[in-house]
Amino acid sequence: MPTMTMVEAIRDALSLEMARDSRVILLGQDIGRLGGVFRATEGLQARFGAERVVDMPLAEAAIVGAAVGLAVSGLIPVVEIQFLGFTHQAFHQMLQLARLRYRSRGSFAAQVTVRTAFGGNVRSPELHSDALEAHYTHCPGLKVVTPSNAYDAKGLLLASIRDPDPVLFCEPMRGYRLVKGEVPTGDYTVPIGRARLVREGKDVTLVAWSAAVQIAEAAAERLAQEDGISSEVLDLRTLVPLDIEELVKSVKKTGSCVVIHEASLTGGFGAEVVATVQEEAFYWLHAPIARVTAPDTPYPLAGVEKYYIPDVARVVATAREVVRAK
Amino acid sequence: MGLQWQFWPIAEPVTPWQLLRPDGTLVEGGAQPLSDDQVFEALRLMLLSRAVDEKGVSLQRQGRFGTFSPVLGQEASVVGSAMALDPRRDWIVPQYRELPALLWQGLPLERFLAYFMGNPEGGYVPHGVNVLPVQIAIAAQLPHAVGLAWGLRLQGKDSVVLVYFGDGASSEGDFHEACNLAGVVKAPVVFFLQNNGYAISTPRSRQSSCVSLASRAIGYGFPGAVVDGNDLFAVYVATSQAVHRARSGEGPSLIESITYRMGPHNTSDDPTRYVDPAEVEYWRRLDPVERVERYLSARGLWSEERAIALRNEVAEEVERGLGLARSLRSPDPEQLFEHVYAVPLPRLVRQQDAIKGRSVRATLPSEW
Repeated sequence: MPTMTMVEAIRDALSLEMARDSRVILLGQDIGRLGGVFRATEGLQARFGAERVVDMPLAEAAIVGAAVGLAVSGLIPVVEIQFLGFTHQAFHQMLQLARLRYRSRGSFAAQVTVRTAFGGNVRSPELHSDALEAHYTHCPGLKVVTPSNAYDAKGLLLASIRDPDPVLFCEPMRGYRLVKGEVPTGDYTVPIGRARLVREGKDVTLVAWSAAVQIAEAAAERLAQEDGISSEVLDLRTLVPLDIEELVKSVKKTGSCVVIHEASLTGGFGAEVVATVQEEAFYWLHAPIARVTAPDTPYPLAGVEKYYIPDVARVVATAREVVRAK
Repeated sequence: MGLQWQFWPIAEPVTPWQLLRPDGTLVEGGAQPLSDDQVFEALRLMLLSRAVDEKGVSLQRQGRFGTFSPVLGQEASVVGSAMALDPRRDWIVPQYRELPALLWQGLPLERFLAYFMGNPEGGYVPHGVNVLPVQIAIAAQLPHAVGLAWGLRLQGKDSVVLVYFGDGASSEGDFHEACNLAGVVKAPVVFFLQNNGYAISTPRSRQSSCVSLASRAIGYGFPGAVVDGNDLFAVYVATSQAVHRARSGEGPSLIESITYRMGPHNTSDDPTRYVDPAEVEYWRRLDPVERVERYLSARGLWSEERAIALRNEVAEEVERGLGLARSLRSPDPEQLFEHVYAVPLPRLVRQQDAIKGRSVRATLPSEW
């Protein structure tokens, strides 16, 4: 099985699905000759032609809005918006995507995947790193998928493109080239709505998604070595739908929970995780649930982002307190 | 003299193109562009639209119909443009004030009525009826229309998409982005801008300092035109030209139809607060339906008896539509949860159970 970076795994999925299904069409800025700003579509225009890998005008709302119409016409658009922080130029059209099936009583559906990069620690300019995924978890009709590794990225992307409903597919910028793993060359899907148990443990559950999963894993390792604390690490993989079953099962086992995300605290998806655990597993909890997140500030310039994004030390310190409180 | 630097000239006001004068006579050299049967079909659709407006306002006042936007005054603009399409292969992407165009495409009247009665079933579009559901978010439908037109073309179809919007919508970013994209991909789309003078209370003069909204087409690399929107024949001819252009692969065009909203923005609006009565009176003399009736009268094809018969016919059609709308599945809690996703999400199923009283709270665990 070959080793791939996340961006290679994503390209592999796109290439595979375009070859398999002639209805699939890629839309985005700079995705043609350039191959996308992260090279996720490198070589695809040469292989599939400029009618299927389309360089679009710099207009996010038109790209997502056109995808609605293209889907109605019978095609399967896969959109690339370069950065999640720019998807708000198309936020109203994302809502149009989300509710097309509902408002037409199933007469029409938007089988559209919107791929986008997000997340910090890459010293990018303003707005490029914003972790805005929670905004989209509040849009019924839309699914929100947040892979953390190359295997999941490919399998979840194939599942997303084939999903009859619209999917926002958030790719961690930092992971594009740093995160590598074994990825099968052929066709496989990872089901949307299933969390992944990354590491088994018995003292505390660390819940994360996307780039924060690596932080959680590193924290678990340090907690084991320095404190003898056994952490269970759960990668949610998809936020909508949320795998409540896996989440609750893990918390019932460990009796405590720490949620880690890159987005700012208030109204972050961590709040939804905490509320769900409280509702479903309150009597199994032995300590208050904790959140390790960015502070409630706008995403800062690169010089201070290391203070903004949760790091291993903060997760370790928080998990220690939680376990001590049990 | 050295080289003289100059700005480009700004757009000049354009006289709307006309075929049928307000007095019901054709302009010099003008010919009737539709067959007599088609003219009668157009008149039927216009009167049907007017009958729905009247009935709808009356029912709304009694609390039996929801907030809706009458077409009143814009009938020739809507019907003349729609009739330039072939409903079997062409599509209409509406805003919300284009009922007769939807009927032309084959949407059952009861669906439209049900929608404005608050019944979700009204959003359903039967298979083979080439329309999208009405769009409430201003201008949001414009990129959809471009994508649809482009997608049909990519799949080798010769379909054309006509999209309706207003003078207010032309100020939205979606208008700019959609026109720009349509020009780039040469989408077979007709941008049909109904300039009815107002966006709720905001007059056309506050939307843009551009004297002609159609002139904006130049900036997107495709043609625009201004047409008398209360002239059924002129609208039909102008739109037919745009449809022909689109079908033959020449790409999009923008038609600005100058018309007038003779009623309120919607049933919650009170235009007496912002409209000069003299202005309404001016436009009343330009009534698009009476113009066609005058034309037919002059040709000896219209009489008081025929008028009464046709009005009775459309009144019956409205009653029939209302009856059918009421006989559709009436709103129930199940309906709230259907069609959110292709396959319901487990969490939503639990919320559904809670609302139906099968469990206490949507979020309580089963072991509680």
